[in-house]
Amino acid sequence: MTSTFLPDKRSGPGVVVPPPPATVARGRARRRALHWLTAVSFQLPALVLFGVLVLLPLLFAVYAAFFRWGGFGMPSDYTGVDNFTRLFQDPVFLGDLWRCLVLVVLSLALQLPFALAMAVLLNQRLRGRAVYRMLFFAPYVLSEAITGVLFSMLFAPDDGLADHLLSDIGLGSLGGKWFSDPSTVMATLFLVMMWKYFGFHMMLYLAGLQSIPAELTEAALIDGAGPWQRFRSVTLPLLAPTLRISAFLSVIGSIQLFDLVWVVTTGGPDHHSETMAVTMFQYGFKRYQVGYASAISVVMFGISLVFALAYQRFVLRRDLEGATTTMRGGGA
Amino acid sequence: MTLTRTGRPTTGRPHKGATRTRTLPVHAVLVVVGAVMAVPVLYALLSGFKSTDQLSRNPIGLPDPWVTSNYTGILGSGSFWRMVGSSTFIAVATTVLVVAVSALAAFSFARFAFRGREVLFTLFTVGLMFPFAVAVLPLFLLLRSMDLLDNPLGVILPQAAFGLPVTIVILRGFFRQIPGELEEAATLDGCGPFGFFWRVLLPMARPALGTVSVLAVVGSWNNFLLPLLVFNEPKWWTIPVGVQQFQGQYASDTARVFAYLVLAMVPALAFYAVAERQLVGGLTTGATKG
Repeated sequence: MTSTFLPDKRSGPGVVVPPPPATVARGRARRRALHWLTAVSFQLPALVLFGVLVLLPLLFAVYAAFFRWGGFGMPSDYTGVDNFTRLFQDPVFLGDLWRCLVLVVLSLALQLPFALAMAVLLNQRLRGRAVYRMLFFAPYVLSEAITGVLFSMLFAPDDGLADHLLSDIGLGSLGGKWFSDPSTVMATLFLVMMWKYFGFHMMLYLAGLQSIPAELTEAALIDGAGPWQRFRSVTLPLLAPTLRISAFLSVIGSIQLFDLVWVVTTGGPDHHSETMAVTMFQYGFKRYQVGYASAISVVMFGISLVFALAYQRFVLRRDLEGATTTMRGGGA
Repeated sequence: MTLTRTGRPTTGRPHKGATRTRTLPVHAVLVVVGAVMAVPVLYALLSGFKSTDQLSRNPIGLPDPWVTSNYTGILGSGSFWRMVGSSTFIAVATTVLVVAVSALAAFSFARFAFRGREVLFTLFTVGLMFPFAVAVLPLFLLLRSMDLLDNPLGVILPQAAFGLPVTIVILRGFFRQIPGELEEAATLDGCGPFGFFWRVLLPMARPALGTVSVLAVVGSWNNFLLPLLVFNEPKWWTIPVGVQQFQGQYASDTARVFAYLVLAMVPALAFYAVAERQLVGGLTTGATKG
């Protein structure tokens, strides 16, 4: 990258620089300051918007987490870390952490391998490939709210499509309460998440697969490697950076899950599908315990941050220089 | 290039008959998965053509007779169109704002060397990891104190702010690829930094601008939490909020809710059909480029 807007371009090598008398030095200092001002003034609108609407609320959440506060006026009832100690004794919140972990494990163990398998299938020359690709990805563009309402109706006990289909093929006993039973609600939610998000990961993998040079697989073919061997020793290692990013997005998505749960179950039955964000929402907007809700926000932020930094440090190090990029809502 | 049975390498398609037998199981798998993906939406579409009474008697199978009143009723009501209008307005305004502001910042990140650049850039990239839910509570209080509740700006401004990191990262990557010679030429022709940005960089970056715009539109269109909090009155409800409220209101009229859902999906799916390339391109660069 080069830039002519660099301050000292003109005094670079090859240009004869006269010995700097005081006036010239002052002129250069002024030019440098001007340059800095120009550069920063382009940043100004972004900084104001980001500072006021992202950083300020975040810092305020950290502040409010140390108060007992109902959300009106300024917080004044300082309680130290009480909110946090209460949080880690709250069975609902501990349940949130557990459910988050379950979702992460299910995504990594089931959703991503499935997405990979579909990507490998669709990476071949096949009739109708473009149609399948569009079809698998389409749910990703639907909002979680719409998806949630749709599936809450499909999985409605007795009346929903799922139960009708099961009873039509004689498996009516397998049908059940889906979202309204504590033992099945998370599994059903996971199915919906998979329906909505596997296509997103599949698209990432397809993009990754397409960047693998065909010569490499062909060379392996000539060396007599079978399909599995080629996949195992050529495709998979070369796809590793994409897999690492997709796993990262999947985990971050699981930590933040809100819309789908709120629309489908609002966390029920009896907190069995509650996520951290849902618990935060319940306390903050329904029960007006804003200080306590802020503590949940802070823990969520802490978990995301620690995870992201650790992941970047230990896993993504090889793939990225400096920046980590995520799509918000990039898929759980 | 594939190997034939004689071991001689040939280029191009494998033998036609061979392909067909080998891909049969693949097609079987894809058809099954495709059916699972399509059935929920098709079921909703068909159910919308039934009356609720008919739906409970005949849940699976074609409507008999086809009832169109669910769809026409919703399309004839002002509230549905008001939501489409509101969602569109908010999405367009968010997109214009976030792209304009990000383009300026990305330009400065990509083409200037200045003190504090890395710190600022790190700040924005860390912003990529903020779960929106973390800030939403104080954000809500802030909007309330600024009197922005029940005001579209209360959704547009925060959406744009939270969209900044990813937009800046993508645009910065793109702006960096534009050769420095162009900048020198523009400077010799008397362009200042802003002139170069406006007259050279932006026109050249049109594909990238398209990509980030599509991402911003989809993000805004699907946002649920913020409009839910900000808009108490139905006047500004966006489609996701409207769908949820509609389900609550007409819970017993299942066929009608299905029709509503289908109509609510149409704009997003239509947009996807038009902007597929940009969207997928944006997601893959957005997710993998540093």
